[in-house]
Amino acid sequence: MPTNLMWLIFLLPVASFVIVSALIKPFINNESKLPGYVTILAITGSFALSVWALVTVMSAEGHVIDVPAITWLNIGNLTISINMIMDSLTAVMLVVVTFVSLMVQIYSLGYLHRDPVNTVDTGFPRYYAWMSLFTASMLGLIIAGNLLMMFMFWEMVGLCSYLLIGFWFHKPAAANAAKKAFIVTRLGDFGFLAAILLIFANTHTFDTNALRDLAMTGVLAGNVLTWAAIGIFAGAAGKSAQFPLHVWLPDAMEGPTPVSALIHSATMVSAGVFLVARTFPLFVFSTQALTTVAIIGGFTAIFAASMGMVMNDIKRVLAYSTISQLGFMMLGLGASGLGIAHESNLTAEIIRGATAVGIFHLFTHAFFKSLLFLGSGSVNHASGTFDMRKMGGLGKAMPWTCITFVIGSLSLAGIWPLAGFWSKDEILAKAMENQPFLFVLALITVFMTAFYMFRAVFMTFSGEYKGGEVHEPHDAQEKASDHEEHNAHTTQPHESPAIMVLPLVLLSILAIVAGFWNITGAFSAFMGHETESKTIIQGLFGVFTENWLPIASLLVAISGIFMAYVMYSVKWLSPSKIADGFFKPLYILFSRKYYMDELYENIIVSKLLLGGLFKGFQKLDEQVIDGTVNGAGSGTRNSGNVLRKLQNGQLQFYGLFIGIGIVAIAVCLFIFG
Amino acid sequence: MDFNYLSAIIFLPLLGAALIAFVPGLNRKTIRGIALVAALASFALAVAVFALFDRHLLGMQFEEMYSWIPVINANYHLGVDGLSMPLMALTSFLGLVVVLISWKEENRVREYFAWLLLLEASILGVFCSLDLLLFFIFWEIEVIPMYFLISIWGAGRKEYSSIKYVIYTLFGSAFMLAGILAVYFTTGNLNMVELTQNGIAAGAIPAAAMFFLLLIGFAIKLPVFPLHTWLPDAHTDAPTAGSVMLAGALIKMGGYGIIRIVVSFFPDIAKQYSVWMIALAVIGIVYGAAVTLRQTDLKRMIAYSSVSHMGMVLLGVFALGEVSMTGASLQMVSHGLLTGLLFAMAGFTMHSTHERDLRKLGGLARQMPVTAVVFSIAGLGSLGLPLTSGFVAEFITFTGSFSSGAFEGIKIFVIISVIGVVLAAGYILWMLQRVFYGPPQPQFDHAHDADALEKVYMFAFVILIILVGVYPAFLTDIMKMGIAPLIK
Repeated sequence: MPTNLMWLIFLLPVASFVIVSALIKPFINNESKLPGYVTILAITGSFALSVWALVTVMSAEGHVIDVPAITWLNIGNLTISINMIMDSLTAVMLVVVTFVSLMVQIYSLGYLHRDPVNTVDTGFPRYYAWMSLFTASMLGLIIAGNLLMMFMFWEMVGLCSYLLIGFWFHKPAAANAAKKAFIVTRLGDFGFLAAILLIFANTHTFDTNALRDLAMTGVLAGNVLTWAAIGIFAGAAGKSAQFPLHVWLPDAMEGPTPVSALIHSATMVSAGVFLVARTFPLFVFSTQALTTVAIIGGFTAIFAASMGMVMNDIKRVLAYSTISQLGFMMLGLGASGLGIAHESNLTAEIIRGATAVGIFHLFTHAFFKSLLFLGSGSVNHASGTFDMRKMGGLGKAMPWTCITFVIGSLSLAGIWPLAGFWSKDEILAKAMENQPFLFVLALITVFMTAFYMFRAVFMTFSGEYKGGEVHEPHDAQEKASDHEEHNAHTTQPHESPAIMVLPLVLLSILAIVAGFWNITGAFSAFMGHETESKTIIQGLFGVFTENWLPIASLLVAISGIFMAYVMYSVKWLSPSKIADGFFKPLYILFSRKYYMDELYENIIVSKLLLGGLFKGFQKLDEQVIDGTVNGAGSGTRNSGNVLRKLQNGQLQFYGLFIGIGIVAIAVCLFIFG
Repeated sequence: MDFNYLSAIIFLPLLGAALIAFVPGLNRKTIRGIALVAALASFALAVAVFALFDRHLLGMQFEEMYSWIPVINANYHLGVDGLSMPLMALTSFLGLVVVLISWKEENRVREYFAWLLLLEASILGVFCSLDLLLFFIFWEIEVIPMYFLISIWGAGRKEYSSIKYVIYTLFGSAFMLAGILAVYFTTGNLNMVELTQNGIAAGAIPAAAMFFLLLIGFAIKLPVFPLHTWLPDAHTDAPTAGSVMLAGALIKMGGYGIIRIVVSFFPDIAKQYSVWMIALAVIGIVYGAAVTLRQTDLKRMIAYSSVSHMGMVLLGVFALGEVSMTGASLQMVSHGLLTGLLFAMAGFTMHSTHERDLRKLGGLARQMPVTAVVFSIAGLGSLGLPLTSGFVAEFITFTGSFSSGAFEGIKIFVIISVIGVVLAAGYILWMLQRVFYGPPQPQFDHAHDADALEKVYMFAFVILIILVGVYPAFLTDIMKMGIAPLIK
C-alpha cells in the first residue's frame, strides 16, 4: 500500500469537514441530508483504506511500515516533524475507529430530528461537520508518530468532544457538561504537556520511536523517565476518565446519544489507553509508573462500577460502565507491563506485545459498548426518556433493539463465548499474576458489571411498559432536559427505523465474534508478543481446561446476572428495601457519586479557588496594587484635571503640545550633548 | 535610490491623518474614505515588505538612513529585521481593521479618524525606528491619540482610565528618557544596531542602572506585574477600535522594546536578573489568569487575560534562549491577532446587544450565529488550542524556556506557568458559555449579526490565526533570523 494512501485515511474526513462546514451551504436546504452522505462517504473511504492498511501491516516484516517524515518547524535545536507511525497498534486502532464511526454516522441519519428550539436549521450540517472533524482528529492522533503531533490531535478530539457534548447548547446542562469535560481533561493535559517539555529538555526529540530506543538503551531513565511516564498517564487519565478525573464523563451524556456511542465509549475515551500503549516503552522501564497505572486502573474499575449499580438513567449506567471498563484496560496495561518489567533482553516487539492485553479489550469494548449506547438511543427514540424507571416491557415492542442490547450486555458481562469474555479474561489473568490484590477487586467488578448491565436490561425490556416520558407541561427547564432529543414520540413505543437497526445488528455481530481473533493467540502475535499456539477449537473450549480462572470469572458474571434477575425481573428481593435497609449508607454514597462533584465544584472550585484564593488576588489587585497607584496618582490628579480640559480645545493646541515636548527633548540633548 | 518602503508605510497613515484634520469641509464619507485608503495603502506596502523580505538574511533590511540632527549624532534611521517586521505587518493589518471596525462611527468623525491614523503611524514608527531618539519620539506621540480616543469615544470611567493611561505611560517614559540619555552620554551613539553590536561599556553610570531605567517604561507597556493596573481600565473603557489597537499592537511595543533595547544592549545584566524577571512573568501568568476568572465584564475579562498572555512574552524573553525568544515574538503576533479579534468581537457583541455584563448575557448563539463562531475561534486560540496561533506560540515559548537553562530551577517556573493554560480554558469557556449558550433570551432578539463588512475583517483574522497555527514556519523562519543575532 503506497504511503500516500495512508495519509488519505486521515485526509478524507478532513475533506468532508471542510466541505460540510464551509462549502456545502449554498447547495442545500435545511432538510437536506447531503452533509450526512458526504461524511458517510468519506468515512467509508477511510474505513476501506484502513482495512487495506491493516492487511498490509499484517504482511509487513515486524508488522511495521516506515513512512517518511515532513519537517514542520525548525528553530535552533527545536525541530518538529509531521510523521506517521504505521504499526500493528495503529492499524488495529484505525479499523476500530473508522468502523465504529461509520456505524454511528449511519445511525445518526435516522436519529437526528429537527432541533425543537431552533427553527432556522436542524443542526444537521453542524452535527456532521463536527463528527467529521472528530473522526479526522482521532485518526490523526492514531497515526501521529511524535508526541507533539499526538498532543495536538489529542486537544482537537477534546475540542470536538466539547462541541458535541454541547451540541444542544441552548440547554444549560449540556453547556455546563461540555465546559466541565474540556476543563477536567485539560487538567490531565497539564501533565501530558509537562511530560512533553520534560522529555524534550532531556532528549531533544518528540519522536516516539526515537524515545523508545532511548528508553531501551537506558539514556532516558531514572526520575526523568518516571515523571515523564506519570505525566503522560495524567493526560491519559483525563481523557479516559480515570479516578480522580472521571467526573466529566457521566455529565457528558448530555450530548446526543450517537456522540456518546462514538466519542464517549468507543474512541476518544479509549485514546488514553492508546496513549499509554503508544508510549509503553517509557512505562516499562519504570516500575513506579506501571504500578500507578495498574492501581489507578484497578481502583477506577471497581469505583465506577459501584456507581453504575444505582443509576436510574440508562446512559449514565453505560457511562459508569465505560469508566469502569477503561479502568480494566489500564489495569491490563499496568499488570502486563509489570509482568515483563524485570525481564532482561526486552525488544521493541516484546514491549509492544505487552500492550496486546489492554488493547484487545479496547478493541472488543469498542464494539459492544457503542452497540449498547446506540441501543439506549433507540430506546429513547421509542420512549422519549432515558429514565429506566419509566420504561419496562420494551422487549416486545422493539425486538431488534432488545436482542442486540442483550447481546451487548452479555458480551460486556463477559459471558463465554462472546467478545468480552476473551478480552476480560486475559486482563484478569495478568492481574492475578502480577497484582493479586487488584485481581480480587477486578473479580468483584466482574460481578458488579454483570449485575448493573442486567439490571438495565430487565428494567428496560422486561415487565410492563411504564409509559415513557409523560407529556405534561412542567417548567421549561425540566422539559428541556428531559425531552432532549425527542419530539416525535407517540405513546405506543415502536421499533426504530431500519437505518438505525442496521448498525445495531452489524455491531452485535462483532460483539459476538470480535473476541475470536485472539482465541488462537493471533492478535497477540500480530501485536508482536508471542506466536499463535492454538487451533480455534483448542482455544474456544480449551480455555476452561487450563486453569480455574475462566470458570471462576464466568461463574461470578452469571451470579451477577442472576442477582439482577432476582431483584429486577422476578422481584424476590425488593431493590427499594435493600436501598433503605442495611445498605442505605452505601446506596447513598453510590448514588451521590461519592460526593466528588460536590467536592470539586462546591468546595475546591467555588470556595477555595474562585471564592478564596482568586478572590484574594482580585482584592489585592484592586485595593493594594491599584490602590497604591491611585494613592500616588492623587497628587498628580490636579494636573489630570488640566489635561481633561484640554480635550475640548482645538487640534492645533494638541499639535503645539507635541511640538513643545519634542523641542524640549532636543534642547536637553543639545545642551547636555 | 530604492523606494523607501518603511517611510511610506509610516507616513501614509500620517498623511491621511493630516488630510482629515486640516482640510476643511470634508463630510463623513470622505473622511472615512481617506482613512481607508491611507490604511489600505500602508497595509499593501507592508504586505509587499513581507513578501520581499529575504528570509535567509540575518540583520536589518529595508534600511533608510538620513542625517537628522548631526550635532547630537541623531539620524532618521529606519529598518526592519525578523523581529520587527512581523510586528510592523501586524500593526498595519490592525490599522486597516480598526478603520473597518469604526466604519459606522458617527461621533466627531473628523477627529476620530485623525487620531486613529496618527496612532497607527506612531506604533509603526516605533517598530521601524533604529535610532533611539526617533524611537522615543514615536513612542511618545502614541500617548496623545490614545488619550483622546479613550476619553472622548470611550465608555464607563473613561476620564479616569484615560488619564491613568497617560500618567502611567509618561511616568515610564521619564525613566526611559533618562535611560536613553544615559546610554547616549556613555557611548555618544543613538544607533540601535551599533549599540547592539558593540555593547555598552559601563562608564560613569552603572550598566544596571541604565538597564532598569530603560526597562521600566517597557515593563509598564507590556505590562509586567505589578505595573499592570492601567491596562484593564484602559482596555475596558476604550472604544472598540482603541481596545483592538491597544491590545493588538500597542502593548507589543513593550515586549519589542525589551528585546530590541533592554536585552540586546545589556545581555549580561539581563542574564543576571533573569530569575527575577521570570518570577514576575510567572506571577503575571498565573495571577493574571486567576484575576481574569473573577471578572464579570466582557471587555475587562479579555483585558485581564492579556496580563496573563503577555506574561508568557516576558517568560520567553528572559529565558534568553533562541527558541524561547522566538516563541515570545510569535506570542506577540499571535496575541495581537487573537486578542485583537476578541476585542473586536466583544465590541461588536456589546454594540449589538447593549449589554456587557457577563451575568446578563446569554443564548446569543441563536441570534448571532456568525459572531458566535468567530468569537469561539478567537477564544479557542486564546486558550491555546492546537492548529491556532495561540498553541504554537505558547508551546514554543514553554519548550524554549524549559530547556533554555537560563538559571537553575527555571523548569519549576515554566511548569507553574503552564497552570495558566489550564486557567485560560476556564475563563474562556466560561465566557463563551455565558455569552452564547443557554436558552435564547427575548431581550436580545433585536441583536443583529455580522454584516458583509464585518465578516470581511472577521474572516481575515480567522484565516491568519489558523494559517499561523497550521504553518507557523512562515513566521518563525523570519523571526529566528531576527532573534539569532541577539543571542550571544
